[in-house]
Amino acid sequence: MLKQTPLNAAHRTAGAKMVDFGGWDMPLHYGSQLEEHHKVRNDSGMFDVSHMQVVDLAGAGSRDFLKQMMANNVDKLTLRGKALYSCMLNEQGGVIDDLIIYFMREDWFRIVVNAGTADKDLAWMEAQRAKLAPTLTLTPRRDLAMIAVQGPNARAKLWAAMPGSQEISANLKPFQATEMGTMFIARTGYTGEDGFEVMVPAKAAPFLWQTLLEQGVAPIGLGARDTLRLEAGMNLYGQDMDETVSPLESGLAWTVDLTSPRDFIGKQALTSQPVARQLAGLLLLDKGVLRSHQKVITAHGEGEITSGGFGPTLNQSIALARIPTAVATGTTVQVEIRGKLLNAQVVRYPFVRNGKACYKNA
Amino acid sequence: MTIPADLKYTKSHEWARLEADGSVTVGITHHAQDLLGDMVFVENPVLGRKLTQGEECAVVESVKAASDVYAPIAGEVIAANADVEGAPEAINQDAYAAWMFKLKPDNAADLGSLLDAAAYQAIVDSEAH
Repeated sequence: MLKQTPLNAAHRTAGAKMVDFGGWDMPLHYGSQLEEHHKVRNDSGMFDVSHMQVVDLAGAGSRDFLKQMMANNVDKLTLRGKALYSCMLNEQGGVIDDLIIYFMREDWFRIVVNAGTADKDLAWMEAQRAKLAPTLTLTPRRDLAMIAVQGPNARAKLWAAMPGSQEISANLKPFQATEMGTMFIARTGYTGEDGFEVMVPAKAAPFLWQTLLEQGVAPIGLGARDTLRLEAGMNLYGQDMDETVSPLESGLAWTVDLTSPRDFIGKQALTSQPVARQLAGLLLLDKGVLRSHQKVITAHGEGEITSGGFGPTLNQSIALARIPTAVATGTTVQVEIRGKLLNAQVVRYPFVRNGKACYKNA
Repeated sequence: MTIPADLKYTKSHEWARLEADGSVTVGITHHAQDLLGDMVFVENPVLGRKLTQGEECAVVESVKAASDVYAPIAGEVIAANADVEGAPEAINQDAYAAWMFKLKPDNAADLGSLLDAAAYQAIVDSEAH
């Protein structure tokens, strides 16, 4: 039996093509993945991301616990509502998951983890909590639903849909959250566009969805979510990173705090391993479509595409690939597709931000 | 969409039409494009290539995935639709109009080994469950 979010009926009403997504019955698209992609880039769209797991960490000493648990430094979180993107590593320096941590109070941090890894994450966090900070509590919040509203018009449409929300969220900076009653509004997202991720009690989710629909916010499926996030150059857990690869070889060095004296799980492994590979962007120069696991041939050795696909905004195929660090931006490499070698240029991602191409090829 | 009664079909979701000049036009079905979603790339076989029945000979790629296209019958490739290569979304718009390539069949009677519309409909129905 597939798990359902509180918006399952709403997806079916909207004509969604539903698929089994890691045990969840989720919308792949509502007719056209491409149209949905463009709707988010040009106007606004909403995603049911209720399958992701919200976990509340509570108790005195929560910050110290997170400082031991997370590769990024939660001491960067000084302002209430501020969010931090971080990896949670195992002792070998592999990525257990990537997540977002919101600082609400010294005795309350809210963590959002991936759907597919939720059980594993909870077990890991719970084991560490019992060992390192037994007085803290970790509460999975399956009672909450989450809707991401993204696009250049996303904020204005959410404000129109939810009276009072503008006053409370207009001054939020990117990667910052606030509360409005039982709503939790964060200016975050996974598309490279402006917008909010809104958490609400599960039973209120269909109403919020409906009011957003009435404002002209298009429902967007998992298909477009993937092309949007790939263009935005955002890593996908299980493809661009996993437990077997260091975040330093997954394009996530910027999230790993190796400068402060703080120790954290996996730090020693990271500092003792050479970094031989990098995550780079690829832009296909020939005709075709890049896909994950295709082989990349460079002058410095082979690599592999970790996420590939068609970039609808660029009208060109793009990819993230793990390749030797010696390969410079701007270089042309070859990708093996069905026995043929096609040319691709190594670029610095993200590919698209705020609706426009932004990759660098020098 | 109804499955045209005047075409022949494969289990792997190609359609084939015998033309008045004896050639056979090939495309993928409406059901196939619906499963694959938005098309972004089409690679047709090169002209002159000799195909055996069931041979992998072309590729359609949607935003979601790449999918092989198989020769419904044996024959030589005598035409490839450049329009559909330039605008793969035509397959989404009308899969039975947006043909991919034409074959000169080794033996037109091979078409008899393919599914008729009713048999193909049964396959589509069974996949829906």
